[in-house]
Amino acid sequence: MPQSPLSPGNLPLTRLSVIAAVVGVVVISFAYTAGWLTPKRLTPKKLVASLAPPGGPALGHRRNHAKGICFTGTFEANGNGSELSRAQVFVAGQYPVVGRFNLATPNPNAADAMVRVRGIGIRITPPNGQEWRSAMIDAPIFPVSTVQDFYDLQMASSSKEPDAMKNFIAAHPEFTTFLGWAKSAPWTGSYAEERYNSLNSFVFIDNSGAKHTVRWSLVPAAQPVSILPDELAKRGPDFLDQEITQRVASSPQRWSVVVTLSNPGDPTADPNKAWPVDRRTVDVGTLTVQQIEPEADGPCRDINYDPTVLPAGITTSDDPFPSARSAAYSRSYNSRTAEEKYYPRNATGGKQ
Amino acid sequence: MTTSRKRFTAPQRLLHWLMAICILSMLFIGVGMVSTVTSKYLTLVQIHKPLGIAILVLALIRLSLRFVFHAPVLPADMPRPMRLAAELSQYVLYALMIGMPLIGWGMLSAASYPVVLFGSVHLPSILPVSPSLHTLLWHAHYYLAFAFFATILMHVAAILFHKLIRNDGVFEAMAPVLTHDESEI
Ligand code: HEM
Ligand code: HEM
Repeated sequence: MPQSPLSPGNLPLTRLSVIAAVVGVVVISFAYTAGWLTPKRLTPKKLVASLAPPGGPALGHRRNHAKGICFTGTFEANGNGSELSRAQVFVAGQYPVVGRFNLATPNPNAADAMVRVRGIGIRITPPNGQEWRSAMIDAPIFPVSTVQDFYDLQMASSSKEPDAMKNFIAAHPEFTTFLGWAKSAPWTGSYAEERYNSLNSFVFIDNSGAKHTVRWSLVPAAQPVSILPDELAKRGPDFLDQEITQRVASSPQRWSVVVTLSNPGDPTADPNKAWPVDRRTVDVGTLTVQQIEPEADGPCRDINYDPTVLPAGITTSDDPFPSARSAAYSRSYNSRTAEEKYYPRNATGGKQ
Repeated sequence: MTTSRKRFTAPQRLLHWLMAICILSMLFIGVGMVSTVTSKYLTLVQIHKPLGIAILVLALIRLSLRFVFHAPVLPADMPRPMRLAAELSQYVLYALMIGMPLIGWGMLSAASYPVVLFGSVHLPSILPVSPSLHTLLWHAHYYLAFAFFATILMHVAAILFHKLIRNDGVFEAMAPVLTHDESEI
């Protein structure tokens, strides 16, 4: 075998530069893939940072929907969903649920009457372990149509530029549909009286392999009672938490889980667009909330209600939001679970 | 743990090159997925998990083959520091090939995520749900990924050095095919 002795004098420089070039090309492609060379790329980090209030995020808490309260209960499937999806959660039976009522604010100490959008996170665990997680809100449509628009909206609303919001609205007329809802929809005094909507579409796959693009909602059994915002403002800052705790302690609260099927041509990729009201719906079962627990030491605290945690039989659709949400929620989860010390695990979470 | 054979056996070479492609892809998929919010995110995550577990399985097979067939001896005239670096980097690479997937799997378990490989194929949880364990493993997965990448870069640079500068047969020991006439013993 030919051997070239290793003495610095006769190191072939061109050969060394070949080695350097190979390594360099790999490093540059890696840096590009990681987004280090493209600062404009919308990363999960930027998206989550855009949600933070001016003073920075509340450490240890969810980066959005930061105020919330845990619950446990059941989902009782009536079997009707099996026509649409082969997921085990739709086979008639009762499956445990860990959930969280929450407010769409990055501030865990916000006054309940100040937050327009209310939400719910649920995790249903059937015996085969194929979980169905979902995070839904009470608005009938999402404020914007694309993930980039959502980011731009956060940037505009936190901007010091006086015309930032005006300009955003002018460039995004679809946002006014949401504003219309926010201004005119009645407020209620209870998490139990809200209807919660997936807004994003997903695909159900049935036993024959046929696909159905759907959205779903939780429709409350409780009759909504509309209350003026001024009236709500007079209640304590945590009236929603107190109300739901008392209400569930006196009787379990129920919602029908209703799946809406799209027709061909419906806007499945745009959560800002409602589907026509005549679309077929299927009531697939009942969510029952049986017990409320504070978040600080409650069972929902360490759960990420990532909307892409789906059982076999449900997948994402052409809606671009679930992917972005999954990336952002994971980032938020990684941050908040690493900040445990700022949010002690006792009944009050360190609040005085 | 060495053999008088000049080259690794065919199954060892096959595994080496298969895993080289998989691991390099994994590193790119990893940093790519955590930097995007487009639908590529979900696609890459859905590749990352099963491919990572496949690497774990292949690494265990490869380690067993190593115990059975051993590695060819390094050239006698290799300087001591270089020999030490070569041996050490092999330990580091094996530890990472086995460690990274286990850390990834443990990290998902500690965060109470289901570990979905594909369709209805799930792996069991291997750790209790724990924010502090999750944080530890998440940091480990992150820093070790970069250590892995750096080790691979050094490995590539070293092997090219063997081939292009020393031409001492170390490259040929793992080469998928021989480029020039050489007897396979
Ligand atoms: C790109 C758009 C969105 C972004 C960036 C975003 C961001 C976030 C973040 C960072 C969290 C905290 C996650 C955690 O730490 O566990 C969160 C929670 C939540 N989001 Fe979103 N979100 C988006 C869209 C949506 C949509 C479309 C809905 C409803 C249909 C929604 C409903 C919720 C709810 C209900 C929660 C609370 C879940 C829980 O209780 O843990 N979000 N969001
Ligand atoms: C040889 C095997 C593996 C390699 C080389 C690898 C590499 C990587 C890399 C480079 C990242 C990006 C780190 C960052 O920039 O934040 C990453 C992230 C990640 N990996 Fe792996 N990985 C491996 C195996 C696995 C396995 C088996 C799983 C799970 C079953 C896994 C789950 C994850 C997850 C969930 C993330 C995202 C972490 C985050 O939330 O920031 N990995 N991996």
